[in-house]
Amino acid sequence: MIISRQKPFEELLESLAGDKNVYIVGCGECATMTQTGGEDEVADIKARLEEAGKSIVATDVAHSTCHELDMKRIFRQKKAEAESADAFLVLSCGAGTQSVRESTSKHVAPGTDTLFLGNIKRQMNFEEKCSLCGECVLDEFGSICPVTRCAKGLLNGPCGGTNQGKCEVDSEKDCAWVLIHNQLKSEDKLDKFMQIHGPKRWNAVARPGRLDAKKEKGAA
Amino acid sequence: MAKYRDACNSGKFVVSGEIGPPKGTDADGMIHDIDLLKDMVDGLNVTDNQSAVMRLGSMAVSHEIVSRGGDAIYQMTCRDRNRLALQNDLLSAHFLGLRNVLCLTGDHVSVGDHKDAKEVYDFESVQLIQCVKKLNEGFDWAGNELGGGTDFYIGAVVTPESDPLEPQKLKFEKKVEAGAQFFQTQAVYDMDNFERFMDYARGVTQGKDVKIMAGLVVLTSVGMAKYMNKFVPGVFVPDNLIEEMASVSKEDAMQKGMEICARHIKLLKEKDVCDGVHIMAIGKEEIVPDILKMADLV
Repeated sequence: MIISRQKPFEELLESLAGDKNVYIVGCGECATMTQTGGEDEVADIKARLEEAGKSIVATDVAHSTCHELDMKRIFRQKKAEAESADAFLVLSCGAGTQSVRESTSKHVAPGTDTLFLGNIKRQMNFEEKCSLCGECVLDEFGSICPVTRCAKGLLNGPCGGTNQGKCEVDSEKDCAWVLIHNQLKSEDKLDKFMQIHGPKRWNAVARPGRLDAKKEKGAA
Repeated sequence: MAKYRDACNSGKFVVSGEIGPPKGTDADGMIHDIDLLKDMVDGLNVTDNQSAVMRLGSMAVSHEIVSRGGDAIYQMTCRDRNRLALQNDLLSAHFLGLRNVLCLTGDHVSVGDHKDAKEVYDFESVQLIQCVKKLNEGFDWAGNELGGGTDFYIGAVVTPESDPLEPQKLKFEKKVEAGAQFFQTQAVYDMDNFERFMDYARGVTQGKDVKIMAGLVVLTSVGMAKYMNKFVPGVFVPDNLIEEMASVSKEDAMQKGMEICARHIKLLKEKDVCDGVHIMAIGKEEIVPDILKMADLV
């Protein structure tokens, strides 16, 4: 799940300063779960923008805003509204905002800050455990990712900053290397801890990432 | 110029000090400290953007020490440079006559004075040790043959009071395996704990030519001792030392801290606990000669 946080309303107003007619787009997937761009949040922002003197020409909570073809289809169906808009405010992740970008040449403004790929710990509580590095090494580390969960991304053990099992950078976070150590020990696999790991191949995925899965599947 | 390595190989009790480069170009105080210490110790560490605070560079200051007739232990962290820049700096350092490198991961940028900087950590300490070893063997990290390799004495650090200790011990073993030839520890104050750690460490390095120097940070006040216990991970000042520091007036606290440091040096040397000491006076380098005298080292 992509975790996002709504930008402060004043910031939204500022970015829409030159726009009278606004089309608000939310997302039925991640932004609904994080309560940053679901039906309720879209309605709330609509009301506040109207109070601030904006005219809301349409609202949509797309099934997945990051689906570019879907977004094109929605804007075709609401052609008149889309054409009358001065700006699109997107309450979704950065991918969703750029998906909207592909469908219009008008002003597109992000309504959220996109934070990380997160696991859901409990309602409205998220934690980053994977940083999409392109080459999964979890099996080497008891399926606890040091690339993501160690603040320094260390691959060969804890730094000197581990503090009663917590991270020096943020005492509310567990030291990933203490977790990895305990896990491997419980599996009787400390030999994995002792293996010296070379640095990550940071270009395992050439950024920006691109994948033609159909073509790859066809070639296989 | 291999004064520090020669000292380590000679079997003598090795002593190093530390120079923290200034924030800015006014280096008079630092030059004064270098001249004061360079002939009294076997080597002087030079910190690399210590605590993630941007400062004058470690390589330039290390070179200054060597050109003034001392020996420098060039500290290198992985926080600020990727593998291209690290190797480039290692070749440059070698070109400038530096022969000791202390391989560190480096404090996180969030503790420093450029908190929004992008931390790098392309390599970390274990990999940096491996990399220096490769350069010593005449190859770069990617396996390309160098037109002239390096000849570095490879150092690393370990935190004997880490909590929990077991993962830290395993990492120490990996550093030995990777090619570390000498270790300087994080500050230690509890000599009984440290002796236990050294029993273990000497077991690990048995049959290998690896030297271990105890890191000693001079206490200058009760407040400092309490602060370190509370805020510096991996540092533990036992109650009896805090009480000892508290037993004297504020004016005499520094002298008491020096006495404690000298007492620890003597104990470590007499009991042959470790191969030497690394003394960190953190901005009060002028007291180091007196500590060395009190410890009968000069």
